[in-house]
Amino acid sequence: MLGREDRIRFEQSVLPHLDAAFNLARWLLRNRGDAEDVAQEALLRAYQFFGTYRAGDARAWLLQIVRNCCYTWLKKNHPSENSVELDEEVMPGERETPESLAIAGNDRERLTRALDQLPAPFREVLVLRELEGCSYKEIAAITSRPIGSVMSALARARQRLRKALTQPDTKEARHEV
Amino acid sequence: MKCELSETLLHGYVDGELDAAGAVHFERHLESCAECAGALAREQILRQTLQSSSLYERAPHSLRQRILSSLPAAPESQRTAGSFSWLWPAVAAASLLFSILSWQFFPGSGRQAQQATLASAIVDAHLRSLQPGHLTDVASTDQHTVKPWFDGKLEVVPPVQDFANEGFPLIGGRLDIVDGRTVAALVYARRKHIVNVFVWRAQDGNLPSGSGTEQGYHWSSWQREGLTFCGVTDASPADLDELKQLFLQH
Repeated sequence: MLGREDRIRFEQSVLPHLDAAFNLARWLLRNRGDAEDVAQEALLRAYQFFGTYRAGDARAWLLQIVRNCCYTWLKKNHPSENSVELDEEVMPGERETPESLAIAGNDRERLTRALDQLPAPFREVLVLRELEGCSYKEIAAITSRPIGSVMSALARARQRLRKALTQPDTKEARHEV
Repeated sequence: MKCELSETLLHGYVDGELDAAGAVHFERHLESCAECAGALAREQILRQTLQSSSLYERAPHSLRQRILSSLPAAPESQRTAGSFSWLWPAVAAASLLFSILSWQFFPGSGRQAQQATLASAIVDAHLRSLQPGHLTDVASTDQHTVKPWFDGKLEVVPPVQDFANEGFPLIGGRLDIVDGRTVAALVYARRKHIVNVFVWRAQDGNLPSGSGTEQGYHWSSWQREGLTFCGVTDASPADLDELKQLFLQH
């Protein structure tokens, strides 16, 4: 059982990272409602384990718990999702030019769809790096992968995202058919 | 021809993760490799796109409330309760007596209640500002745009400074109402967090220097040159203190 001081310490060191927790959950689960539930569960779990956390990077510590909760949730609710491996080969998209990329990127909805359609392991490194601003070291700690593999994981994820962004939009394509 | 480095080192370079020697080495390579130079431009556009996209999704306030109220309560003396349970009625009586006495003999506690009201009004104002479209009336990172905007709108013009170099870029300003008085609000970013600094004339309602946590948000107040300042944020208390020091030094 945590004492009063622990509770204050939790509110001061861990709770400030609630936005980070929610953002990661939102992008891993692709849904705000589910992200609220899982982020809440993760925060409660973090509180239970807070006795084992002494010092260090509270954000990375919390995000690691959030990530675990998200994958557990995905396994239970979308069992088919986690099968994609990070080292799968990607061919560059044909229409990929800096201009087409900039135009597609101006459209928030389209950007959201492109990111949402990437497999979870790609999404998480991109969200941690580009939205959360984590260092390679932090990404390695959060995703339990060797630090040496973070760079190549990001390279593949970015390639995937560029391709998704410059491909004809699937939603529009479906309308045309 | 595909250059291998465009899929490896290039990313470490874009992310600022190469050591100094590695970065210099890669820059030399860039001069002679068209493939990598093109890839670098692409990556920079992609990065800019992602970072300026407002894809970051903040937790709704209701979630924070839910979490705070669902954390198991942690009574102060859980561990000793078993062995000294007979003591509690006595302790309770003593503390009641003490609070009555202090109420009578230390009128300062009335000020404390006032401080608590003001702090919670400030946190409420902070929360309102986070609603879409409410953060700024004047959105600018330029202190020379934000400061004149306040001219004539308030009795005093608050000091406005951009602290981007110190890690607190100015986002803008607005007028707000806290506890019935019109105040200036300066808006800063701290990494992904928002900091509101409310400023008003000390004579209009003094908030003694102090700090605390309210509904999971941290606040800290200070005075300078007849003005009262109160910062509030969901970033850490240490961040808030850093900003306070910047205000006091400039």
